[in-house]
Amino acid sequence: MTAMQKLLQLPVNAVNMVKTVQSQVQGQEEDKSPVLSPDSGQQTWYSALQPDELRHLRSGGTGGGGGDQEERATLEEGGGGGSFQTQPLRHDDLKEMLDSNKDSLKLEAMKRIVAMIARGKNASDLFPAVVKNVACKNIEVKKLVYVYLVRYAEEQQDLALLSISTFQRGLKDPNQLIRASALRVLSSIRVTIIVPIMMLAIKEAASDMSPYVRKTAAHAIPKLYSLDPEQKDQLIEVIEKLLADKTTLVAGSVVMAFEEVCPERIDLIHKNYRKLCNLLIDVEEWGQVVIINMLTRYARTQFLNPNLNESLLEDGGSGDKTFYGSDEDEDDDEKENKEKAEAAALAKRKPYVMDPDHRLLLRNTKPLLQSRNAAVVMAVAQLYFHLAPKAEVGVIAKALVRLLRSHSEVQFVVLQNVATMTIRRRGMFEPYLKSFYIRSTDPTLIKILKLEVLTNLANETNISTILREFQTYIKSMDKDFVAATIQAIGRCATNIGEVRDTCLNGLVQLLSNRDELVVAESVVVIKKLLQMQPEKHSDIIKHMAKLTDNIQVPMARASILWLIGEYCEHVPKIAPDVLRKMAKSFTYEEDIVKLQILNLAAKLYLTNSKQTKLLTQYVLNLAKYDQNYDIRDRARFIRQLIVPTEKSGALSKYAKKLFLALKPAPVLESPFKDRDHFQLGSLSHLLNAKAGGYQELPDWPEAAPDPSVRNVEVKESVFTLLERVTTLTSVPEWTKCSSREKRKEKKVEKPFYSDSEGESGPTESADSETNSASASDSASDSEQSRSSSESEESDEGSESEEEKENKNKKKVVKKAVKESESEQSSEEENRKLEKKIKQQEKDSETVSDDEESDSESSQSTSEDSESEAEVKKKAPVSRTPPKPVKKEKKEMSLLDLDDFEPATSPQVTPISTLLSNSLVTDLEGLSLSDSVLAPSTITPSGTLKSYELLHRITGEGLSVEYCFGRQPFSPDANMVAVQLQFTNNSTSETKNLHMKDVKLQSGMRVKEFPEIELLPAGDTASAVMGIDFCDSTQAANLQLCTSTRKFFVSIQPPVGELMRPVFLTENEFKREQGQLMGMNELTEKLILDAKYRNEHAIVQRVTTAAHLSRVPCGSDNECSPSVPPPDHPAHRFAGRTVTSGSLVLVTVATGEEGVAQLTVNCEKMVIGTMLVKDILLALTQ
Amino acid sequence: MIHSLFLINHTGDIFLEKHWKSVISRSVCDYFFEAKEKAEDPENVPPVLYTPHHYLVSIYRGKLFFLSVIQTEVSPLFVIEFLHRVADIFQDYFGECSEAVIKDNVVIVYALLEEMLDNGFPLATESNVLKEMIRPPTILRSVVNTLTGGSNVGDTLPAGQLSNIPWRRAGVKYTNNEAYFDVIEEIDAIVDKSGTTVFAEIQGVIEACVRLTGMPDLTLSFMNPRLLDDVSFHPCVRFKRWESERVLSFIPPDGNFRLMSYHVSSQNLVAIPVYVKQNISFLETGACGRLDITIGPKQTMGKMVEGLKVTIHMPKMVLSVNLTATQGTHTYDLTAKVLVWDVGKLNPQKLPNLRGSLSMQSGAPKPEDNPSINMDLKIQQLAISGLKVSRLDMHGEKYKPFKGVKYLTKAGKFQVRT
Repeated sequence: MTAMQKLLQLPVNAVNMVKTVQSQVQGQEEDKSPVLSPDSGQQTWYSALQPDELRHLRSGGTGGGGGDQEERATLEEGGGGGSFQTQPLRHDDLKEMLDSNKDSLKLEAMKRIVAMIARGKNASDLFPAVVKNVACKNIEVKKLVYVYLVRYAEEQQDLALLSISTFQRGLKDPNQLIRASALRVLSSIRVTIIVPIMMLAIKEAASDMSPYVRKTAAHAIPKLYSLDPEQKDQLIEVIEKLLADKTTLVAGSVVMAFEEVCPERIDLIHKNYRKLCNLLIDVEEWGQVVIINMLTRYARTQFLNPNLNESLLEDGGSGDKTFYGSDEDEDDDEKENKEKAEAAALAKRKPYVMDPDHRLLLRNTKPLLQSRNAAVVMAVAQLYFHLAPKAEVGVIAKALVRLLRSHSEVQFVVLQNVATMTIRRRGMFEPYLKSFYIRSTDPTLIKILKLEVLTNLANETNISTILREFQTYIKSMDKDFVAATIQAIGRCATNIGEVRDTCLNGLVQLLSNRDELVVAESVVVIKKLLQMQPEKHSDIIKHMAKLTDNIQVPMARASILWLIGEYCEHVPKIAPDVLRKMAKSFTYEEDIVKLQILNLAAKLYLTNSKQTKLLTQYVLNLAKYDQNYDIRDRARFIRQLIVPTEKSGALSKYAKKLFLALKPAPVLESPFKDRDHFQLGSLSHLLNAKAGGYQELPDWPEAAPDPSVRNVEVKESVFTLLERVTTLTSVPEWTKCSSREKRKEKKVEKPFYSDSEGESGPTESADSETNSASASDSASDSEQSRSSSESEESDEGSESEEEKENKNKKKVVKKAVKESESEQSSEEENRKLEKKIKQQEKDSETVSDDEESDSESSQSTSEDSESEAEVKKKAPVSRTPPKPVKKEKKEMSLLDLDDFEPATSPQVTPISTLLSNSLVTDLEGLSLSDSVLAPSTITPSGTLKSYELLHRITGEGLSVEYCFGRQPFSPDANMVAVQLQFTNNSTSETKNLHMKDVKLQSGMRVKEFPEIELLPAGDTASAVMGIDFCDSTQAANLQLCTSTRKFFVSIQPPVGELMRPVFLTENEFKREQGQLMGMNELTEKLILDAKYRNEHAIVQRVTTAAHLSRVPCGSDNECSPSVPPPDHPAHRFAGRTVTSGSLVLVTVATGEEGVAQLTVNCEKMVIGTMLVKDILLALTQ
Repeated sequence: MIHSLFLINHTGDIFLEKHWKSVISRSVCDYFFEAKEKAEDPENVPPVLYTPHHYLVSIYRGKLFFLSVIQTEVSPLFVIEFLHRVADIFQDYFGECSEAVIKDNVVIVYALLEEMLDNGFPLATESNVLKEMIRPPTILRSVVNTLTGGSNVGDTLPAGQLSNIPWRRAGVKYTNNEAYFDVIEEIDAIVDKSGTTVFAEIQGVIEACVRLTGMPDLTLSFMNPRLLDDVSFHPCVRFKRWESERVLSFIPPDGNFRLMSYHVSSQNLVAIPVYVKQNISFLETGACGRLDITIGPKQTMGKMVEGLKVTIHMPKMVLSVNLTATQGTHTYDLTAKVLVWDVGKLNPQKLPNLRGSLSMQSGAPKPEDNPSINMDLKIQQLAISGLKVSRLDMHGEKYKPFKGVKYLTKAGKFQVRT
């Protein structure tokens, strides 16, 4: 029924169409001016179509409403074919059709538009009408709209933006195919404005569940890169991630992206090398080609040359004999040879053992020689040619010969490569000699290439068959081919002495050939051959002299004249006669012939001046007035040289030597010689010129790079865990001092404590220390707080401290102990640095400084003195009012419990920073009330998370971790301090560790850490750097350099680290909160786990998640009426963002049954939302 | 990778263009036209051309040029192979790959090209996957489409791309389950004037037509697999099994496909089924020549030689021929100078013969060279290499398929020099 309805509707529609066709055809007629449609192809196309269309018109015109005829017209239009023929519909009608709400009309319109695009007609003014349909439900219309969009979006960027939201929606679709196609189209739209959106989409898709979507993400990478090369670093990250993918679907695409974006980052391949080798056979064929080509390059950088011995012998000459022979004969070139010989001897002494990974590659690619895809076969062939030991390369010959049966284009490329291979490895193709025989039906291009291969393959044993074959070729009707054959014969003759005479005789016979081209070519080749042994062949020269009467080809004439001139002594009678004839026809000759006539004249004048003097004068006079200045020049030059005058004394004496010097015979070389420095199978090789984007095939390394970089440990997770533990455990030890100092100083500043401690450390010195020592003092602080509590319990503070240390150590794996020791040594270095800095400070401080450094050293040497010092410092804390102390006790027992869990043993807490952070706030806090200190001090410890910056394997032994130390970065208050810990796991030392060439997002700033000059093997060092993240969680991309390597690393801050705590009183807090309502307030309900409903847990979790300080609330009840029950208090935290200093206020209001409400007030909404998420996560975990 | 594609007919009109990245003006083709002018014969146009900003890689198929524009280094074979794959797909879809057919189906062609390449890198090139997305046109469907306004774009999304065996469609169903294999061998040979074989080899292919329900796993084994030492396979064939057991184990694509191709090289004895006695001579004086060709059976393994055809490209000066054949018909194309003698069946009792005179342009010199003779022939039910399929087993499905193997020997590039 529906079909019927449509059928009935059609005629009306058809009338419109026909009408438009009519007007369009008329318009077309006018359009035919060359300006409007410059493409002649289209014109002919239209004119060819006209009769057909006119028929439609006539039917439309005469029939008026004649239903059946119109129907026929529409039928034709409706079909796939019709769309092309009735194409010239006016754009308005197309727009109308697109705007209609019938899918069939839309589809029809889109088909016409696509047909226009296909023909290269401009359809850009339909953009607004088309882009509206991007959200069309009909999948067919949609697909065609995509086609249109991809084609024209670049030209209409603003309008194209309208479609973006559709794709963004598509990216979230549950169907993987829709996600993929949305990403595909989104990334194909070349609109610069959406680069960030694309970047986000790619990143998201790269971690999609579906491998197909990940594949699409890999495809999108080069698109984005070509659109905005600035994104390279971020894209490399995505590539790195996708390279680790284990599915065959992704492998090919991501390697392709790798090749387009960062082919130089060969280090990214290490870890994936074995996986790629193993997956290779199951990857789709196009991916195989790309992977194999990339792996060829990789292998050239990572493995040793398997042919080292052989290639040396080859280089030395044709065999061993000459190699050693040269040793005796030559003296000057000796050094090189000796070196080589030594190397060879060395290689012999230490037999070459192929890296198992090298073997793996060869083994896994070999079956691909059986692929049906010529490109894959060629890729494997070049891999074997470039990488395999000589004995194994032979296997590729058979496969390449098989490709010769394929299409002529494939033959063309394969033959080019075979030609290059035959020069280097002739033996490989010798058994297949006959496969290169030429058929009369081959295209000339192929014939000439085959000839090249045959010539390269010729040697003493097969030359007779090859020459016999050549003989048939000379008779061919294809003259270009015959000429090439003659050249080939010439080359065979020069290369193989035995057949020289036979070839020469054969060529001389060709001189009587009827075809001039053949004769001319023979003359040129004979000339070259004669140069080798002219004495024997004066009769040939005589024969050729006779040819001057007949041959008109300039090159051949010139060659004959040159021969006669050069060997005029062998033909003393004929030569002057030839010159006579030439003088006669001089004016009609081509330029090259004229030049040779001049040469001939000069040479004859010198040898036989009696007969030729006048002739020479005549020729020189003719040349003097020639039109070509080269000839005039030559004439002038020759006259001066050979005709003795008073002026030209000196040179004319040597004229004979100049003109009749013995000239070396030319070497006839293959044009394919030395082409193998290009990677075979590449475009550059084919063109013998470097194509854009060509990656040089590197030379084999002298010594193999560390093969362990390719090790992918199965137990990697275990390993990292271990590493994590060790770093955590070691942190407190190497950071203790600085934090202690700070703390001490802080207290020192306070008049309240000044009595108890004789030191007076100014703030500046503290700052300088943080700068250098900068480790996670929070960690040590936690320890201190713990130990302080301990000292409370037992008066023997020092002992307890020691115990603690011991406990810690026990918990740590043995290795960790070692590490911590090494860290202590690095600590020493730090201290040295500190000292340096301190010396720049005021002298007055030196006293206190010394004491500090003393205490530091005492820490590493004797625990006692350290703990004493600590006790001193702790004393004031413990002297704070008893109430909080009690509290602390309670909390501490909890902590101690924690202590027994090995993973969290060395607690690293943010509390200390609360104290240490800003003196002002601290002072404020102190001045407020007694209870102030309590809540902040009890803020329990959370683990300071450290993140991996550089993995041991990627870093080739160097591993780097970073964590956010949460202390202010003194050189620049707007920066976040990041602690880096370097561990050298390799066996060699690493030098000059530093940051370089940082590429940052706009506004981001980095304060590099001081260069670490030396990091011995197995050692650990730490450093602190400051980064101004501009209050965004964008990662900072950095380059970490050692003396030998560069690593791209990135540091991404959790949102909680982008702020520093500020002290606010409850009233202040409320006032500020009141100003940050509405948009700036975010509220989230949550249910707290039963275990974590207590204040301690909440405070701990919030402060762990974000770097905030707790707002003291002595009297919760009265200040927060919204939460009436006193046992469900509200916890408040405050901080400011590091860069802009915007306030961040967090309230956790607890209620019945663990119900809680989290409120975040922040001017920066992005930060606020992210913070809510993070804290929520922290609280509900 | 591949930046743009232009389809050009033999007269030099660009009738279709497709860009995968930014648009490249079609004026880039001028370099190609220049080279084409120079080459005279379309077969002689260099497949790779170098222009100041681009590289042009082209193939010539079915009187059409497929010209792709490249901007950076890429393996030329990669592009060439891909272009041929495009042409194959067109052939598969429309039955032939010609200008008219492409123009008629321009929307489908465009949709196909869109799916085959993404940003210039091949995406879906398996015909089974493509057919799921874009249905090939049939007469019935085009009628239905006209009435309903539908098109050939599939409304289901292709799942084939996602599977591990992208070459096979999921959910295939047939009432008659059948699997046919054609072993086709072509003899490439050059025979010289005296009748000795200069060079001969056999190119074999196994073409398969498999219409089986579900996901069958087939194993094809040979009586004498040792003949095959140089083979190439469809991606579906498991290399490992072949290496170890010399059997072809595979999950077949649906429909027609080339399972494997192989090469029996000249080292093995290649039987030449026919001999040719020929005598072509041009007289030095007088504008005429003689031609006398007789064909006889040589090693036919007792089978009938059919479809015998002789093609001779005559030198340019041969104006016309005056020949009589004892069997079959002969024609002489005056413009292309090609003599074709369609012999048909070879009767061993009465050898076919073609003789007569050639008239030549008067005054022109005698041709240097005698034209060579190209042969065409067919022998049914014989694989000249002796290859034999022993059995076909199916696993994974319960039904019993109908199986069949056919052998055929043809002349490939079979040339007799005179």
